[in-house]
Amino acid sequence: MTSLHERPPAGAVGEAIAHESAEAHVTGHALYTDDLGVRLQNLLHAWPLQAPHAHARVTRLHVAPALAVPGVVWVLTAQDVPGVNDAGVKHDEPLFPGEVMYHGHAVCWVLAESLEAARLGAEQIEVEYEVLPALVTLEEAIAAGSFQGTQPTLRRGDVEAGFAGAAHVFTGEFEMGGQEHFYLETNAALATVDEAGQVFVQSSTQHPTETQEIVAHVLGLPSHAVTVQCLRMGGGFGGKEMQPHGYAAVAALGAVRTGRPVRLRLNRQQDLTLTGKRHPFHASWKVGFDEDGRLLALQATLTSDGGWSLDLSEPVLARALCHIDNAYFIPHVEVHGRIARTNKTSQTAFRGFGGPQGMLVIEDILGRCAPSLGLDAHELRRRNLYRPGESTPYGQPVRHAERLEDLWTTLLERSSFAARAEEVRAFNAAHPHTKRGLAITPVKFGISFNFTAYNQAGALVHVYKDGSVLINHGGTEMGQGLHTKMLQVAATALGVPLACVRLAPTRTDKVPNTSATAASSGADLNGGAIKDACEQIKARLAEVAAGALSRQGKAKVGTLGIHPDDVRFEHGRVFPVGHPELGLEFRQVVHDAYHLRTQLWAAGYYRTPGLHWDRERMQGEPFKYFSYGASVSEVEVDGFTGAYRLRRVDLLHDVGDSLSPLIDLGQVEGGFVQGAGWLTLEDLRWDTSAGPNRGRLATQAASTYKLPSFSEVPEVFNVALLERATESGVVYGSKAVGEPPLMLAISVREALRQAAAAFGPPGHVSDLASPATPEAVFWALSAARWARVNPEVAAD
Amino acid sequence: MDRISLIVNGAEREARGVLPHTTLLGWLRDQGLTGSKEGCAEGECGACAVLVARPAGAEGEEGGTRLEALNSCLVLLAGLNGGEVVTAEGLGAPGHLHPVQRQLAVRGGSQCGYCTPGFVVSLAAEYYREDREAADFDIHALSGNLCRCTGYRPIEDAARALGAPAPDDALAQRRQQPAPPPQPTHLRTPQGDFHRPLALSEALDLLAEQPGARILAGGTDWGVEVNLRHARAGVTVAVDGLPELRTLAWHGDSLEIGAALSLSEIERRLAGEAPLLAEWLPLFASRLIRNSATLGGNLGTASPVGDSPPVLLALGARVVLASRAGEREVPLSEYFTGYRRTLRREDELIRAVRIPLPLAPLSGFYKIAKRRFDDISSVAVAVALYLEGDVVRSVRIGLGGVAATPLRARATEEALVGRPWNARTVREAARVLRGEGTPLDDHRASAAYRAAMLEQTLLKFAFEKTGLEVTYDQPA
Repeated sequence: MTSLHERPPAGAVGEAIAHESAEAHVTGHALYTDDLGVRLQNLLHAWPLQAPHAHARVTRLHVAPALAVPGVVWVLTAQDVPGVNDAGVKHDEPLFPGEVMYHGHAVCWVLAESLEAARLGAEQIEVEYEVLPALVTLEEAIAAGSFQGTQPTLRRGDVEAGFAGAAHVFTGEFEMGGQEHFYLETNAALATVDEAGQVFVQSSTQHPTETQEIVAHVLGLPSHAVTVQCLRMGGGFGGKEMQPHGYAAVAALGAVRTGRPVRLRLNRQQDLTLTGKRHPFHASWKVGFDEDGRLLALQATLTSDGGWSLDLSEPVLARALCHIDNAYFIPHVEVHGRIARTNKTSQTAFRGFGGPQGMLVIEDILGRCAPSLGLDAHELRRRNLYRPGESTPYGQPVRHAERLEDLWTTLLERSSFAARAEEVRAFNAAHPHTKRGLAITPVKFGISFNFTAYNQAGALVHVYKDGSVLINHGGTEMGQGLHTKMLQVAATALGVPLACVRLAPTRTDKVPNTSATAASSGADLNGGAIKDACEQIKARLAEVAAGALSRQGKAKVGTLGIHPDDVRFEHGRVFPVGHPELGLEFRQVVHDAYHLRTQLWAAGYYRTPGLHWDRERMQGEPFKYFSYGASVSEVEVDGFTGAYRLRRVDLLHDVGDSLSPLIDLGQVEGGFVQGAGWLTLEDLRWDTSAGPNRGRLATQAASTYKLPSFSEVPEVFNVALLERATESGVVYGSKAVGEPPLMLAISVREALRQAAAAFGPPGHVSDLASPATPEAVFWALSAARWARVNPEVAAD
Repeated sequence: MDRISLIVNGAEREARGVLPHTTLLGWLRDQGLTGSKEGCAEGECGACAVLVARPAGAEGEEGGTRLEALNSCLVLLAGLNGGEVVTAEGLGAPGHLHPVQRQLAVRGGSQCGYCTPGFVVSLAAEYYREDREAADFDIHALSGNLCRCTGYRPIEDAARALGAPAPDDALAQRRQQPAPPPQPTHLRTPQGDFHRPLALSEALDLLAEQPGARILAGGTDWGVEVNLRHARAGVTVAVDGLPELRTLAWHGDSLEIGAALSLSEIERRLAGEAPLLAEWLPLFASRLIRNSATLGGNLGTASPVGDSPPVLLALGARVVLASRAGEREVPLSEYFTGYRRTLRREDELIRAVRIPLPLAPLSGFYKIAKRRFDDISSVAVAVALYLEGDVVRSVRIGLGGVAATPLRARATEEALVGRPWNARTVREAARVLRGEGTPLDDHRASAAYRAAMLEQTLLKFAFEKTGLEVTYDQPA
């Protein structure tokens, strides 16, 4: 057995190949959950009745009129539930609620022969509500003391001592908006029941096992009676880690009740109003620096808006606390976290999982404090980067901290930062109504689930008699290229060409008890499991091959034959080490192995070693390793409107030794643009008035919730992966890539801050709302401009 | 009759049970052509894009076919009777990729793949654009397609690598043949009637006899009503096939633009001749929308945030309304009477828009929105200025997004006319402009920002278009 990170001299890992489904994608042949429904006979369609109140008790629910609508077959209510009426893992998410907890909460579901009939049926249902007071904003929840879940504190050192010794102390508050996942494929499920009463649910889910468990507990069935399959998702981004369960359960319940296949697909408006989003956060903070601008102490309270139920808010908060240091060493830290309970959608996992919110707090602090410290923001950041030997506030050594400095200096050089900073200064001096900003920010992101038990994975690898290979693993494909990487891992581990390996859809009856495909860990965990399975099979084949090779007398190995350890598998050939010319076809070895009664399949398993985490004390080593990156952004802001352009972006990111460079580049670029969307454009608005629509999501359509389009792509976009970056202890030396690049986008926000400040006098401190929409930038630059006119105000 | 026929991916198909609100997307998916996806159902994301065959030449001219990309979620199937559609499945299949598909696939242009067939279609429309040079790529071709995964760079790379279609390329050859001629359609169903007359008189008769009939041109607004708000019409009259609504003519004293021309057609036929329109058109929604949307539709729905009214108000446009009784012409500045209400009677059809000539020598259009492409304005301002020496002879300023209707900034215009065009005049007029309308707070922008943008756009116009040094007031 080789160690996990070592790569054979030849193999499919590291090749820049297209997504395994690329040809199916571009031709429209790739099928998604709802595409499967069209192909079924006798299908029923589901439509929710959504409550028009943010908080209300259902006092009467009379569904009979719906059944009178032609085509309506059933109305699912709490009375239909044979098991537990709950769609969550915390038992705080009733599937059919008696108390409406947010505007749009689904009270019951209509099943009909067509979607139109189901909708018309829902319109006929008679429902009465007793309207209750609702908390809609974070501010209201904090004032009302409305919190849920635990309230952890991350602590190191003595912040009071830190402040006492600080040359500069600043305080502030910061509020950041949430983000809608806006996966292009909305949540969807398709359920059937077979002749033995087995429930089969196809679901667009990142967590098939949990979907299976929720479906089973709603139906009152053991897990073995429910199979969940996810062919692929049209995007997930964390939004399908917990949210799909209830919809899968509704479809499954409908299928059980009616005996017919049931299709449930949320339209965009339903998906936006029903499902959880990235948590908005409020932060209040106090920070101390020494006379050189080094961070001495940080005291902060982070309050997330968890929405109506707990969902994943606790682990999201834990990750926010664990990332408030981002890439900076802070000797004294005291950070409190709490989760507000509001009458909104249940906020949930979203790429970065609290990490972005934590990191944004410290980056906002540094961006705001730099002018007051008399330092350029990039210099302030560089001075505070972790150095080798330092540890995080939760006690984990920052291994490979030197990569931060390396990334930083390399990227400054590659982006010609110093020269461009001069150009920006000259441009700004010459242009009264247009200003540019240039900023660099770092990323350090911990990889592994904070929840230690999730750091395990399974795989099932079959080698058929003809030498073809079929792999199953517990991870799901949402566009991140996991399946592509897993094919590369299997082909490499077995030494066969990629074309020999096929991957079957993720199913809970193939690999049980899987973890969510989340926390960027899909390739690390499932890759480890697949490699394990392949190596078990390869070891058995090596025994066969060693015998075969020696019996054939072809190998120049003397009379003793060769040892199985000296058998090599490469390019579909099996040969004695050093003698590729003497080899056999992989296929031949497999054929012989079968006839020698050798097991040709294996279950693989992987658990991330060396993790420990004390949730109460917020101490331990929750992460296998850190991912690093840095980004430089240059923006140009129009002083008349606050509108801006992203002129140039340079990214340098550490993915270890890439398993699949085209995939990884795509993750880095896509993550960056999605992060830029969160920080600049994507603006969730709820009706916070006291009017009849209180609590209604005002941005509940693509026409009102704007994500980045072609016009937001940087005009120059240079993206590179850090070279020679082997990560020991991870499959083939690679690193996770899903989430960390999102936080590279913080440099866009910081560049905007600098451009806005450039409208003001030197040293002006720009306070910038998040998201930094053109309106927010306009107010920031207006404040700066006015400060230039009235220096007394600026000094305030 | 509740059936129509159309050509899909080269094969003739009959669609049965077609209702007035059946969308092309819904029907395609029911046929098993599930490559086209519903991402938003309102023409914002492009995941449902398909190619349609349309005449390449102007009305009444001989000519081949142009392949245009549309959002199939907004296309009502009944209006496509006799039409021709190509979906992503029709361009290529695994193992036999179309050149556009190959470029996207090999360059990492798909991640989750859900938006991808729509991108393929938009790219294919660009690939087959007649006036495209081989290395040329108009980024606006992709302005109506959203991707949540890639960050777009590989898609742009694919677009820039396209090259020209091979001489034997089937669709390139298809362009040489005429497009299918419009078919008169009369669909009568228990859930409503759908008419697509080809004669103006017939359309006007229908409107006179069926009060409350829904007039359908490009459908980019009505389709959204159908999909998102589940609006259903008893009678729908599609006017896109009426030749009288498809003219574009430069007369001595006016430019007349047919109400049912798509904005893309207007863009092509004007070829930059009207600078304010040329500045405005690329900012109107996206290419996918402009391929359907019409001036008649934009003025007919009379949304206070529609982007054509401010421009047409600044140009002093008049609306030509036709009915059985004949035509009348009303100034656009009097046409809007309230929130989504206008002077148009139910028996009238917007036939054309007339813009007086000569056009203003100085003009500018300012769209304030969160996103540069494919967004709805929070404020839109259009300015048309005539100077005599350095004195303002006349000026028209059209505003959108600051009141229940689009409106002329009359007080600001008065503050400018007869005064020298200088920094002081502009600053004073900008203050007046700031107070025009009654802007609201909503999810797009605050009232304060909207008011500030009114002021700022006049300053921006003065600085950028006339080179004046401008100064600011303290923000409110």
